[in-house]
Amino acid sequence: MRNTQRAEKIAFFFLFLATLFIIVPVGLILAIIIQKGLPAINWQFLSDIPRQGMRAGGIFPAIVGTVYLVIGAIIFALPIGLMAAIYLSEYAKDNLLNRMIKLAIVNLAGVPSVVYGLFGLALFVIFFKFGASILSGALTLGIMILPIIITSSREALESVPYSFREVSFSLGASKWQTIRHIVLPNAIPGILTGTILGLGRAAGETAPILFTVAAFYLPQLPHSLFDQAMALPYHLYVISTQVPNVDEKIRYGTALVLLVMVLFMNLVAIVIRYQFRKKKKW
Amino acid sequence: MVKINIKDLNIWFGSNQALKDVNMEIQSHEILSVIGPANSGKTTFLRALNRLNELNINFRMRGLVELDSQDILRINLELLRKRVGTVFALPTPLPLSIFDNVVYGVRMHGLKKDLDGIAKQALEEAYLWDEVKDRMGESAFKLSGGQQQRLCIARTLAVEPEVILFDEPCSGLDPISTAKVEEAMLKLKTKYTIVLVTNNVKQAARVGDRTAFFLSGELVELDKTDKIFTAPSDQRTDDYIRGKFG
Repeated sequence: MRNTQRAEKIAFFFLFLATLFIIVPVGLILAIIIQKGLPAINWQFLSDIPRQGMRAGGIFPAIVGTVYLVIGAIIFALPIGLMAAIYLSEYAKDNLLNRMIKLAIVNLAGVPSVVYGLFGLALFVIFFKFGASILSGALTLGIMILPIIITSSREALESVPYSFREVSFSLGASKWQTIRHIVLPNAIPGILTGTILGLGRAAGETAPILFTVAAFYLPQLPHSLFDQAMALPYHLYVISTQVPNVDEKIRYGTALVLLVMVLFMNLVAIVIRYQFRKKKKW
Repeated sequence: MVKINIKDLNIWFGSNQALKDVNMEIQSHEILSVIGPANSGKTTFLRALNRLNELNINFRMRGLVELDSQDILRINLELLRKRVGTVFALPTPLPLSIFDNVVYGVRMHGLKKDLDGIAKQALEEAYLWDEVKDRMGESAFKLSGGQQQRLCIARTLAVEPEVILFDEPCSGLDPISTAKVEEAMLKLKTKYTIVLVTNNVKQAARVGDRTAFFLSGELVELDKTDKIFTAPSDQRTDDYIRGKFG
């Protein structure tokens, strides 16, 4: 009896300790970046172009570039990902082709991001002759987040109870009507959550934009889809490793802005999910 | 007049045969009760009448089902399900308001008619109007189980079907709600043809004009309800009604 209790206590201690360890890195990262980066944050830093070889001035072009890339990626990836998810969860029969498609999506999610970068370089930059441009970068990021969007959308679609579909069919609604009026409206929060999480990932990645869009130093805003642009993750890489004598607080300030953008997107996803759970009717 | 004619109907799910050589005629404006123990094929039989079985990918069928002398496989699927409606075992409101639930089918069939009038009439026929007339915009999930089930009946009525299939509609309801649903069914048979699958033998006796007894996928006996419950011609029917098995 005593042994059982002791084992219980030991198990609890180690399991709890392991869980506690998860908080530590997150907390430390946040603390260090905020502590070192916050002094750099002011209106000029957020709204000015980089000056003096990126050793002074602001990071506005990089923020804008990242926003453009994220928006471009979603415009490309959300419709395709959502339509593919609808096909896979509502229409696809369980046959070899569809099993291969599902396997491909899983594998697509596991491809290292630098490989996406090379792929984007070969396909969009060189083959389609888009050059290093926002278009190439957004498409590359879009392909990278497709599996996230497809997987989360499928989960959202499949979490809509089957009985709703059956009722809709039994009333003489067609398959598409059922999807359009019953399944999709109830899956949208889950789809949005997954999309936003995918976007957070896209905003933070360096490798896919490295060869496809990112400018080393471009102190102006892009004018068209075919312009190069600066982007926050790559800018951070550049000022941390490629440019000597950059003030530490500028580096951490850039990191802080990137972190806040990504965390903000995740926060939006959490709020959407929370709102939906509150309103969920079944 | 024969509303539905079933000839040599066999149904399989994978290798499991759910219905065996069922032959039956269902008359217009009757309530046909279908009774039988679990896994006797009665729900499969019901779902064969508007092709809901086809939602199961392992479904196979041989035989003929005719609605008004027309093979149901030749009727447009959406139209067939509009003409032959279903009320399921558990209340299944859609995640919409009460009003939108009632007129859902009407909207899907693109009938731009007087939706308010249709909703009111359908809810009255389902004995629910007085309870919901002031809260039509509320979520259907706020209704009680019995009210939800009558809402589902109203929703089926709103598309003006010719046949209504009830699949154990009272299995989750209390006796008072059950009585209301039965009352609605008795009233409805003047306008519609009703097939009622039920686990409750007494319910079959109360509302059915004729009663069919299924066992292991076979139609054992079909006769006037009085006859089935007083002098069934098959020993197995007698055993089931007396509660000797199932």
